Amino acid sequence: MDSPAGYINWAFISISVPNLIVIGGMVLVFALALILPFPHSTSTKSSKR
Amino acid sequence: MSESIGTEAEVPSWTRATRDFIGKRLPLAHFLPDRQPAYVGSWVYVFGVATIASLAWVMLSGVILAFFGPQWWHVTGLGRFVNSVHFWSVQALFIFMVLHLWGQYFMASWRDGRAPTWMVGVVIWLVMIVTAFTGYLSQQNFDSQWIGVNAKDAINSSGGGAFFNVLNFGQMYGIHVMLLPIGITVLVILHIVQVRAKGVVRPIEGKGRGA
Ligand code: HEM
Repeated sequence: MDSPAGYINWAFISISVPNLIVIGGMVLVFALALILPFPHSTSTKSSKR
Repeated sequence: MSESIGTEAEVPSWTRATRDFIGKRLPLAHFLPDRQPAYVGSWVYVFGVATIASLAWVMLSGVILAFFGPQWWHVTGLGRFVNSVHFWSVQALFIFMVLHLWGQYFMASWRDGRAPTWMVGVVIWLVMIVTAFTGYLSQQNFDSQWIGVNAKDAINSSGGGAFFNVLNFGQMYGIHVMLLPIGITVLVILHIVQVRAKGVVRPIEGKGRGA
């Protein structure tokens, strides 16, 4: 923590590796939230249909 | 007799007006629903609740830090642990809040009269950033001094220096532990009440199946 983070430079974009990891992880979690099926309890399922 | 009740209803009353206002907008069954529409069965809706859960940990650890004070949270093992719980809960809070924001953005959840819900969300977001900033200034270490010294010029050049002295620990700490937490709590309660009053917004109509 006492040394500066590494940086990725791409044209005018400059971002630290830790920030990139956090943003990448958030995009991943968001995608998973859309893809993964949401668990339904069996009792509500049977009462619904 | 029915006549007397009729005239009674004409008498202006703050209490009755408030009751009617709440009863119309937020009946108890809406306030505490035990069922939600089928489309709410998605992980996207968990982000809002995860934000509340993170906020609860932030508040709990923050109260303990305030009680025992800077000496304790820097020097003792338990103090450093609670300090870390506070810090990492804030990281979780911001991550879940932004994931929640993305979800509401892509669902365009401001539809059908829910714009105030979105706007209160925006205000929460802004207040949260100021809270994080004053939190960094309240650490009582070299890091907070560094942040304060660097931030003072920006604050002063914006005119904010007339009200805030970021090098004044007492002022920053008081704002961080007293004023902003109360503000956030009130705003989050308002946000949830707004969601409950309108119900979760219907999905955007599509042409494909299920529409
Ligand atoms: C501490 C921060 C926040 C907390 C605890 C919070 C919590 C919640 C909760 C629990 C819901 C119910 C539905 C769901 O979970 O998806 C909700 C709905 C909503 N939130 Fe937030 N929220 C926060 C910040 C924000 C922000 C930053 C925005 C956008 C700028 C936002 C916009 C909305 C909108 C538009 C809805 C209504 C969705 C609907 O009616 O279907 N919220 N919020």
